[in-house]
Amino acid sequence: MNIYKFEFKTYWKSFTLWSLGIIALQIIMMIFYPTMARDAQMMDLIMENYPEELLQAMGLGEHVSLATVLGYYTFVFVFVQLLIGVQSAYYGCHFLSIEEREHTADFLFAKPVTRRRILIEKYLAAFTILLLTSLVVTASTFISIELFSDGREYEIGPLILLLFTVPIFQLFFFSIGMLVTVGTKRIRSVISYALGFGFGLYVLNAFRSIVGGEFLGFFTPYYHFEPSYILMEGSIPVGRAIISISMILLAHGITYFAYLKRNIRAQ
Amino acid sequence: MNIIETHDLTKYYGKSKGIEDVNITVKQGEIYGFIGPNGAGKSTTIRTLLGLIFPTRGSAKIFGKDCIEKGHEVRRSIGYLPSEIFYYDRMKVRDLLNYSASFFEGDYTNRINELSEAMELDLNRKIEDLSYGNKKKVGIVQGLLHKPKLIMLDEPTGGLDPLMQKQFFNLIREENRQGATIFFSSHILSEVQQLCHRVAIIKDGSIIQVEDITTLQKNNYKKIMIKGENLSKRPFDLKGITNLTLDNNTLKFFFVGDINQVKEKLQPYKIEDLLIEDPTLEEIFMHYYE
Repeated sequence: MNIYKFEFKTYWKSFTLWSLGIIALQIIMMIFYPTMARDAQMMDLIMENYPEELLQAMGLGEHVSLATVLGYYTFVFVFVQLLIGVQSAYYGCHFLSIEEREHTADFLFAKPVTRRRILIEKYLAAFTILLLTSLVVTASTFISIELFSDGREYEIGPLILLLFTVPIFQLFFFSIGMLVTVGTKRIRSVISYALGFGFGLYVLNAFRSIVGGEFLGFFTPYYHFEPSYILMEGSIPVGRAIISISMILLAHGITYFAYLKRNIRAQ
Repeated sequence: MNIIETHDLTKYYGKSKGIEDVNITVKQGEIYGFIGPNGAGKSTTIRTLLGLIFPTRGSAKIFGKDCIEKGHEVRRSIGYLPSEIFYYDRMKVRDLLNYSASFFEGDYTNRINELSEAMELDLNRKIEDLSYGNKKKVGIVQGLLHKPKLIMLDEPTGGLDPLMQKQFFNLIREENRQGATIFFSSHILSEVQQLCHRVAIIKDGSIIQVEDITTLQKNNYKKIMIKGENLSKRPFDLKGITNLTLDNNTLKFFFVGDINQVKEKLQPYKIEDLLIEDPTLEEIFMHYYE
């Protein structure tokens, strides 16, 4: 497990920064909740004046009220998803391509280890970081809600369900990152791919909600795990989740076989 | 026993050729030179042997085992020094070497200390702070620390000053004396001649010749440049002289044979400048092999 240990350590700095970002985002957004809730009537009035399409695009359907804890948190969680989407895509692309980008392949691949072991240990290290991130999301969700719910009641069930989807949501973006790596000969900028997919799929879902219909939603986990659906309905849309999981499994299979046969290029 | 044995080893990158039908045999205890101009396929061959890239066709055995199927077993006894050294920059030299050692069974602390001392390498510095030459030293220690039976060197001397280079060659000779086989890739003829027993010459992805170093030295061309007044081509129309040109009072030619012949011919002239050097590989390929 020496590769795992080594890789795991290399994530610490990045993991800490992302975690602080996620915590800060949730707390800063939740700070405004008590004010919003107090002027609930006014808020809902303002909301009514917004064009329906805009609200849809922001993940706030007509049945979401910003005055309730979960309603407001729907709004917060969309941004959390954006962050962890970019982060996961970044890691997925990064962990497979770093040897080639930083030219350390000649070091690692000349060692007496199988390609499979390199892949699995590197994968597990990144996966551990994703799990830790989802724990950070869970903790900071409860902390920020407890701090700023202003004593208002909310159902905890749907919230737990939503947090439960985080690792799958992460794996979706992580898989995209891996596919991009094995699908290209040479990766130069990981962050541009990560931002592209993180925001791109968000925009795709926003577009889907404006034009209506389900088709475009197949391709975007922002639709598969839409916070407003999960928090308001109190259940996970099973069909969409299955699509998401199937895509993840497929991507893992492709990555596995492609990486074992990948030509690791020289500088 | 053959340490390396390739059979029609071929690698295409898409449509462009890396190497084609490479057949080489490296015997145990040899220092085997692998020489060719840049882009000839030296690194491609080495990277295929190490399993970094996969052959399009053909096969290769190291220690009698297939280097793809049994790659991880084979690599237990290979030390590799890549041509360009890049490491996990933020690490300390010692941590990197320990990480490298963690891939092999056993304790290599003493060996790391010994080698670093021999190469005058400071283990406590961060890799990103090292000069190119010092990074190269990290590569050398990293490649040798597990006492490999086969040492593969891909243009190892770039960035080393002459003193360090000499020390490095001594280290390699010592490893060889203790039984290690050396596969030494380079585009510098003189260093291959200094070190190697046998040489394979690769050009455009194909092996064009394998020779004992003594034979190669016998056919050793020199590039000669003479500057002086009233020089003329005629007296130099000797056997062994090729590509004779006279331009601006400067006579240039390639020569193979007894250098005293040239010395005698120079006797009558007043010479301003005289240069005798090894031809570059490209020149050898152009004037010797074609």
